[in-house]
Amino acid sequence: MTIAPAGGGFARALDLVTRVRGVRGAMLVTGDDGLVVAEQLMEGIKGPAVAALAASVARRLGRAMETAGVGATLFWHLQAERGALLVVPAPSGLLVVAVAEPEVNVGLVRLELLRAAEGVG
Amino acid sequence: MTTRAVEPWTLEPMVGFVQEAGARLVLVMTSAGQVLAQHGFSRAMDVMSAAALGAAIMASTDEIARQLDQPPFAALNHQGERHGIFLAAVPTNRGRLVVLVVYDLDVSSLGLVQLFFGQLAADLRAASPKPEVPKQVLAADFERDLGNSLNALFGR
Repeated sequence: MTIAPAGGGFARALDLVTRVRGVRGAMLVTGDDGLVVAEQLMEGIKGPAVAALAASVARRLGRAMETAGVGATLFWHLQAERGALLVVPAPSGLLVVAVAEPEVNVGLVRLELLRAAEGVG
Repeated sequence: MTTRAVEPWTLEPMVGFVQEAGARLVLVMTSAGQVLAQHGFSRAMDVMSAAALGAAIMASTDEIARQLDQPPFAALNHQGERHGIFLAAVPTNRGRLVVLVVYDLDVSSLGLVQLFFGQLAADLRAASPKPEVPKQVLAADFERDLGNSLNALFGR
């Protein structure tokens, strides 16, 4: 697991997420720019690429939600064959992103992502 | 949107980059400001101004790096309210090229531009032809070459 230099608060927020069984990494990403602020990722996960693309999806989803008149996005989960991407936007504009294995406990990850988002909010 | 290239090998990498990164304007030029390809510009004056300014900014940051006794900076990003400017150099067989990207903050982001710029740089390096023996520049050829370049960039 690689740990990018970050403030203690950010590291603690990511710890909440990465300690969940089946989570392969967690990141704090700037929602506007798609840049990595802090990360704790297993080897082989391309942090900057995931950050840029996740932020891009988040922006588009946000627009779709607003257009649909259902308000701001609180949590999203994309399930793929070999894993999942789970994201919670923090009030500060940061995104808390988790990359997980397919059989991860999504409810638990969501809970920890929300707690992490509160922590960095 | 217009996408044109004076040197055809630059076209495919640039088109791929524009599609992936959602860039609004792109210029691929030499470090002296000679334009090799452009996307999104509609007027020759705009291209020439942007190329001259981009090359000047690169020259300035190179000099700052030199004064700091550092290798040249990899890239420069400047964000405004609605648009961002990304400027970076790419070493190729054709020499050191400079890429200027203007992106809408609504459509793209610095992260996306940085991410796909890596691919653009690799594609340009792979596509660039081996250097030729430099020709002697004649005043008579200059006007014709300039005219040909503008025709290629703006289809006149």
